[in-house]
Amino acid sequence: MSTITRIVSAALAVLALGTSAASATDVTFYYPIAVGGPITKIVDGYATEFNKSHPDITVKPVYTGSYQDSVVKAMTAAKAGNAPDVAVLLSTDMFTLIDNDLIEPVDAIATSDADKAWIKSFYPAFMENSQSGGHTWGIPFQRSTIVQYWNKEAFKSAGLDPEKAPKTWDEMVAFGTKLTKRDAAGQVTQWGIEIPSSGFPYWLFQAITTQNGAILANQDGTKVAYSDPKVVEAAQFFADLSQKYGVMPKGIIDWGTTPKDFFEGKTAIMWTTTGNLTNVRSNAKFAFGVAAMPSKVRGGSPTGGGNIYIFKNTDKAKQAAALEFARFLTTPEKAADWGIATGYVATRPDAWQTDMMKKYTVEFPPAVVARDQLKDAVAELSTHDNQRVTKALNDALQAVLTGTDKPKPALDRAQAEATRILKSYQH
Amino acid sequence: MRLNFHAQGWLLALPAVVLLATFTHVPAVSTLIDSFYATPRGREVAHFVGLEQYRTMLADPIFWRALQNNFLYALITIPVSIGIALAMALWVNGRIRGRAVLRLAFFTPTILPMVAAANIWLFFYTPDYGLLNQIIRVFGNSSVNWLGSPASALPALMMVTIWKEAGFFMIFFLAALQQVPPDLYEAARMENAGRWQIFYRITWPLVMPTTLFVAINALINAFRVVDQVIAMTGGGPNNATMLLLFYIYQVAFNFWDSGYAAALSTVLLLALAIVALAQFFLVDRKIHYR
Amino acid sequence: MSRLPSSSINTAIAWLFGLLWALPLVYAFWAAFHPAAYATHFDLISPVTLANFVRAWDAAPFARYFLNSVVLVLGIMAAQFLICTLAAFGLARWKFYGADVLFALILVQLMVTPDVLILENYRTLQTLGLIDTLTGIGLPYVASAFGIFLLRQAFKTIPRELDDAARMEGASTFHTIWRVYLPLARPVYVAYGLVSVSYHWNNFLWPLIVTNSVNTRPVTVGLQVFASVDQGIDWSIICAAALMTSAPLMIAFLVFQRAFIQSFLRAGIR
Repeated sequence: MSTITRIVSAALAVLALGTSAASATDVTFYYPIAVGGPITKIVDGYATEFNKSHPDITVKPVYTGSYQDSVVKAMTAAKAGNAPDVAVLLSTDMFTLIDNDLIEPVDAIATSDADKAWIKSFYPAFMENSQSGGHTWGIPFQRSTIVQYWNKEAFKSAGLDPEKAPKTWDEMVAFGTKLTKRDAAGQVTQWGIEIPSSGFPYWLFQAITTQNGAILANQDGTKVAYSDPKVVEAAQFFADLSQKYGVMPKGIIDWGTTPKDFFEGKTAIMWTTTGNLTNVRSNAKFAFGVAAMPSKVRGGSPTGGGNIYIFKNTDKAKQAAALEFARFLTTPEKAADWGIATGYVATRPDAWQTDMMKKYTVEFPPAVVARDQLKDAVAELSTHDNQRVTKALNDALQAVLTGTDKPKPALDRAQAEATRILKSYQH
Repeated sequence: MRLNFHAQGWLLALPAVVLLATFTHVPAVSTLIDSFYATPRGREVAHFVGLEQYRTMLADPIFWRALQNNFLYALITIPVSIGIALAMALWVNGRIRGRAVLRLAFFTPTILPMVAAANIWLFFYTPDYGLLNQIIRVFGNSSVNWLGSPASALPALMMVTIWKEAGFFMIFFLAALQQVPPDLYEAARMENAGRWQIFYRITWPLVMPTTLFVAINALINAFRVVDQVIAMTGGGPNNATMLLLFYIYQVAFNFWDSGYAAALSTVLLLALAIVALAQFFLVDRKIHYR
Repeated sequence: MSRLPSSSINTAIAWLFGLLWALPLVYAFWAAFHPAAYATHFDLISPVTLANFVRAWDAAPFARYFLNSVVLVLGIMAAQFLICTLAAFGLARWKFYGADVLFALILVQLMVTPDVLILENYRTLQTLGLIDTLTGIGLPYVASAFGIFLLRQAFKTIPRELDDAARMEGASTFHTIWRVYLPLARPVYVAYGLVSVSYHWNNFLWPLIVTNSVNTRPVTVGLQVFASVDQGIDWSIICAAALMTSAPLMIAFLVFQRAFIQSFLRAGIR
């Protein structure tokens, strides 16, 4: 070949490459994050950073509301033939997404050795809700456990050691009794503890059942154990906190207002997701502590939060781009950055070894509580037809907490309902 | 010529007819048909199951709860909003000072989007430091968990509906009041009739057509309540605020059970049809027309 | 006008009631214009701030939501005017074959609104490829039974002689509508327009289902997405957002009070 020909072919090759690189692959990314402008901005920032370093891909983040809203949105869009390319949805939505044939197993597209190592790099506790039938369906992104937040000043005024949170159920009741304050008219001005029960009480309840040594569902998501005696016992304790011991407000406690209750001093202890950590840190005007869950026969909490799912796609380029973005979001540095910004647990051990994370945990020790709890963590309740099966438990719990029903009959009914729903999934 | 205007009539109506058929009549029929099929899983095709969905529905305690709640909703919000609306209209119509401001205060809730109103009331209802509970505590009573207690949750939602609707109904009563011939009031005054007598003998019968119109409207609305359930309670606690249209939304878009959603929708259609018939037979016959 | 004199007790009760009725809104204003810490403490000298509105505006793409809502309601209104005028004219003027049955069928939509048949209509939109479009939100509402009913009634009151006069001058049907009927029925159009705009600005469930992305989401859905939090509620910001989404209609109402009330009135009275 003459030099001219070589130069021309090289130029043509470069041009060809240039042309295909110039048409960027668009990737739609649904994510559920809510109030607190900074968080939406962070996700937007990640997308911008990714788009800059990957000129052939344009990620479009779409914020879709709460976890509930997001899964409805994603499924609605998917059924309309307009699925997002990648989304962060609850880890418990896994079976529903699989059953509706919407997501691609990550291990089917992430096939290189580097990819395989990537999938193995996350905490096993988080992978429990991410794997099924020998495949990996979701990649942990914003995962959490439940932790106790306590108001150190309130503890001091009540004559308790401000550095020690309750470690057992008995201590919960004892501390709670000391912390519950009444005014002259007999009205409560400060409650001992608030465990929210609106919307998805099953999650908080799962912490209590775990501490009592019970497991609520099997790994395959085909059977539940709502009427197990240990679960009934746990429900009784949950109800007793408000109805018998008087350390928790009666009736349903709203999830969204619990942190505000904490800031206002309406409650001295609250159970909520570690994802609220940054929120509490910014808004609590008093010294507070964060502790692991108390224990009865054991400690522990369910995991929670969202995984990254890659949707089935006829456009393989988009799918590959989505995978690329997923890898970008879960590098040790990004995982650390995200954990620091929100309070979610950075999902991989090496994220905790990064310099920024090491510095952060020295400044702010409560950040490691949720991570250290992982050794006691269990998979979050997740089954086929998840929404319906968890609704049965939610309804039963709300009946028990409002005093409408006793734990055993309520849970028996929930078990019957769940068994009926799961019947067609038994094989 | 004759054919021409028949054809013209249909041509003019055609766009409307096509759209209405597409989004009202055909879906109504296909809802009924779909309710006889099981929900397909994944890529399967739906198969015929006869009355199976209806049997499931009749055995579903949540369905009965929803139906009961809708009836309670109608039973309470209709008379209360009508009563308040009439009172508002009487006040605004009378020679009270600050009438225009009053009218503003009464009608503004109607203008708000329901989700905005719902979120404002969520805040209002918050236990302990929400305004309503702060007021209650000033009077020495303990804070009420309005949305978190089964007994008060549904009434709490009803209050939001009434707050939004009464101002709207007030307008209709205002118009009706302004149609009452003033000589009737003169005559009554000459006979020394008291305020209440005037109301019972003159005002009430003459606004009866409006009352019935408003009642039918409120009845239809009572079966279509959904925005505030989504925004405030999600049907809880323990289905205390479960309402039919919200349940349909949940079954269709959370559980993705299309067959069952179709059965529930058919029931809703039936309820609305009954109201329509009631309107036709009762209202259009019994009104005191001038 | 009622000739009954108002006692001062009556006035006092009316004012008290008015105050109670306005309380939730006043509360929302308080929370929105004061910093979060003062949202629930009524310290009269606490600082007034616009920060909540700024933060709400930043936290979600409200500008886009407003644009979507404006385009949506104006588009629906325009389409409704067109389609309902045509149908109402035909039904008002001529007794063509099946006109009565047609009218009765149309009136069904007064009760069976698109959100009642939500799943089926959603599937229809899917087939038409209109999911997540403004057209998709508006289409089921464009042929409005309410509009047809109102306009038909209005047209019926227009004297036939005007019609005939126009015909004599050789006007076609469309010309007649444009020249004769539209101007005379203008108040009804204004009334209907206001009712339609209010209804569709505030509509929630149907747009919630139809829209997935920010590009089509109207303010009501935007507000709810914004307010349904998983991480803790800030009431001040939510009240600010709620007021923001209600503001256009509220301001329009304050300025055009009479027109609004007359409209709703006229729209309701048969």
